[in-house]
Amino acid sequence: MEGIFFNGNNGYIEGIVRGYRSGLLTSAVYSNLTQCDTLEDLKLQLSATDYGNFLANVPGSLSTSIIAEKATQKLIEEFRYIRAQAVQPLSKFMDFITYAYMIDNVALLITGTLHERDTHELLERCHPLGWFESLPALCVATNVEELYNTVLIDTPLAPYFKDCLSAADLDDLNIEIIRNTLYRAYLEDFYAFCKNLSHPSNEIMASLLEFEADRRVINISLNSFGTDITRDERLQLSPKFGKLYPSGTEALASADDIEQVRITVESVGDYKGFFDTSNNKSLEDHFYLREMELCRNAFTQQFTYSAIWAWVKAKEQEIRNITWIAECIAQNQKERIQNYISVF
Amino acid sequence: MSGAANREAVFPTRMTLTLMKGKLKGATTGHSLLKRKSEALTGRFRDITRRIDEAKRKMGRVMQVAAFSLAEVTYATGDSIGYQVQESVKNARFRVRAKQENVSGVYLPQFEAFYIEENNDFKLTGLGRGGQQVQKAKEVYSKAVETLIELASLQTAFVILDEVIKVTNRRVNAIEHVIIPRTENTIKYINNELDELEREEFYRLKKVQDKKQRDAAAQAAELAAKQALDAGHLRAPSALTQSAPEDLTADKDDDIIF
Repeated sequence: MEGIFFNGNNGYIEGIVRGYRSGLLTSAVYSNLTQCDTLEDLKLQLSATDYGNFLANVPGSLSTSIIAEKATQKLIEEFRYIRAQAVQPLSKFMDFITYAYMIDNVALLITGTLHERDTHELLERCHPLGWFESLPALCVATNVEELYNTVLIDTPLAPYFKDCLSAADLDDLNIEIIRNTLYRAYLEDFYAFCKNLSHPSNEIMASLLEFEADRRVINISLNSFGTDITRDERLQLSPKFGKLYPSGTEALASADDIEQVRITVESVGDYKGFFDTSNNKSLEDHFYLREMELCRNAFTQQFTYSAIWAWVKAKEQEIRNITWIAECIAQNQKERIQNYISVF
Repeated sequence: MSGAANREAVFPTRMTLTLMKGKLKGATTGHSLLKRKSEALTGRFRDITRRIDEAKRKMGRVMQVAAFSLAEVTYATGDSIGYQVQESVKNARFRVRAKQENVSGVYLPQFEAFYIEENNDFKLTGLGRGGQQVQKAKEVYSKAVETLIELASLQTAFVILDEVIKVTNRRVNAIEHVIIPRTENTIKYINNELDELEREEFYRLKKVQDKKQRDAAAQAAELAAKQALDAGHLRAPSALTQSAPEDLTADKDDDIIF
């Protein structure tokens, strides 16, 4: 039923995204890339893929950061093209995707303002996907009060700030806590938004976002060992949905060693293998593997927005993979070059 | 004398000789002391060279691991992590202390690394993603800096010791090849001169004695001739003339030394 109306507005975009998805690097390409001896070889191999001559205009010698930067640029161009074609509610959905990057950018600028740095040079470091019109205005604010009352209110992130933080919090709390509080509010908001989408989108996005939420909870729990974050603060940072919610979230918030985390996480069937380190995979690797698996599955259904999310995430993973392989080649550490996560 | 230039400009007297002998003795003692110092320093120097070699190899390995752990951080967290870390740090956790070590009178600076455990400013960085990688990278880099500091104190010691060994060896060589031979030459010269003076003196005395004998003989002959003339003239008895030479030797004369 939804297929009738879906293609009217979004058919073209879905077609494009599926085209982009076929352009993602395959395992065969990855195994070619790992055979390279220099970054020049890598460039040559990549030029045979969808990346084409994205490194053609780079003066001087290649470095991994340049490769990563150029690859990200390509992703952003593609994303902006789709965004320009999108209509409601897909445009809103795509805005939601960018909010995650906005949070990072805003956190970066707040850090700069708190330390009274020249925030203009920080603008260059901001992630382009998280760019919004009033972002440069953040640089105008010279103190926290001003930042909160006049500038942050105008950003798309205003509701998250309003609900979670006061002006005084910006001054006192660690920037990481602010960032994660915002991120929690954002995830919950996004989740609620996705619930109201039409049929396949809401289901698939729910599973993707639930995983995202669970991953954050587990990470926050693991990374807060030995710090002075209290149990309540940890709960405050944990999104209120996901496969672990509520009992698992609760347990993770009060966990204080890795064993407790492990027991809690393994109580969820899907996450059983996460702490299995026998095949040389860290928890982080398991997270990435799982995420990519979900993304791959997201492409199996038609008439859904989740394809766009899955494509963005898969593309990001691909950029990380290329950077990783390039880094291994540049540093001559071939023994761990197989650590990339191949999606297709 | 071949080494005429290679001696000190002194008057060849006995006092200078004593002075010179004292100087020679001092130089020999100093030489052996300096030689021993130089040997001790060289031993130390070799030890440090070996340790620098080791430290440099270790440095290479540690830096490789460190650079790689940074790559892991970038993989897990993205690019802007560096700025977050820089901004959240207020106090140094890893500090360096300098102290001095005395090796045969040479003060070598030594750097010592230590941690202030309570300063751990960016332990929250990467809370939502990649925090473990950040902490791991921090530890690996701390190790790298530790190795760097070790290498730095070894290198400083290396440079200073090199300088000191050069100076000491120059001194040892100067004493061995310049001061000792020159003093020896001076002593030899003074001895020669003194001997020469003695010989001259002896020869002079002999000459004086010779002259005196000749004078005395001439006087005696004259006296005898005179007596003979008197005797011939006065027809004096010959006994008087015969006893005259015996009287001559019995005479006391201060100028003649027997």
